[in-house]
Amino acid sequence: MHSDQESIRKTIRTYWMIGAALFVFTGITVAVNQVHLAVPMAITVALIIATMKGSMVASVFMHLSHERKWVYGALILTVIGFAILMLVPSLTINDSIGTPVHVASPAGEHTGH
Amino acid sequence: MDMNIPYTVEERPDTGLTNGKLGIWLFLASEVMLFGALFSTYIILRMGAPEWPHGELNVWLGMANTFILIGSSVTMVMAWASLKLGEWGKHRMYLALTVALSALFLVNKYFEYAAHWAHGELPDKSTFLAIYFTLTGLHGLHILGGIVVMLYFLGPGAKLYKKSPEQFTNRIEYTGLYWHFVDLVWIFLFPVLYLL
Repeated sequence: MHSDQESIRKTIRTYWMIGAALFVFTGITVAVNQVHLAVPMAITVALIIATMKGSMVASVFMHLSHERKWVYGALILTVIGFAILMLVPSLTINDSIGTPVHVASPAGEHTGH
Repeated sequence: MDMNIPYTVEERPDTGLTNGKLGIWLFLASEVMLFGALFSTYIILRMGAPEWPHGELNVWLGMANTFILIGSSVTMVMAWASLKLGEWGKHRMYLALTVALSALFLVNKYFEYAAHWAHGELPDKSTFLAIYFTLTGLHGLHILGGIVVMLYFLGPGAKLYKKSPEQFTNRIEYTGLYWHFVDLVWIFLFPVLYLL
């Protein structure tokens, strides 16, 4: 119990530091937005920073850095499901079912024969 | 006959977890899929739109709400850590602070929604506004749900601490996991809706 309390006391400092880091990263996100980067670059930077912030929340505040394997197992399944969901937009865009592969233009019909 | 719910304090031998902890993680997994589907919808709508509005939302209000929610995540984890250290008074203070910050988030959101309403910017006006209200509205409902749970633990639910401090501490941990997830969702919502 004593060592448990000792480790909690040490972790408390980490909680405050992570909180401060999250504040700083939020400031950086907004500052980068003020620079008006090209849209693809702005999306990339903003999502990288958001992913870093999300990882900090998950690993430290949600204690995912030292969890049991059942929690990791559930999360791996979730990640697979989430990845499929994120693939849906590109599958939708690249979907060619029902779309004619080759449509002859009216102009082509006239010039061809 | 023993009617107690099993594995609320001690860990199950097969999972190594309390039932509540496994339960909250499975619930959060379903929440990831819920918000994931909406993020996916956002991507489809945005990529299919000939043009996408930029600068429609108040970035500074969104940033303030991000700071507020991050702050509430810190106070929430401190509420749990205080219980682990047996500091009941500090736990109450941090939990009350979390509720106050959450309420402040909703007050800000109210002002934001009211401004949109006043300008006639409603969900039926554009695809952007439709997905904005859907995502932030659903997130706001999660905030409201969290506030209800935290108020319960500040009020009638606090009695459990005298009977079973370990079980109460576990309940606060599960509430915290939910709360950090709500914070995590906002961490992605803020740049996606307000900045990009």
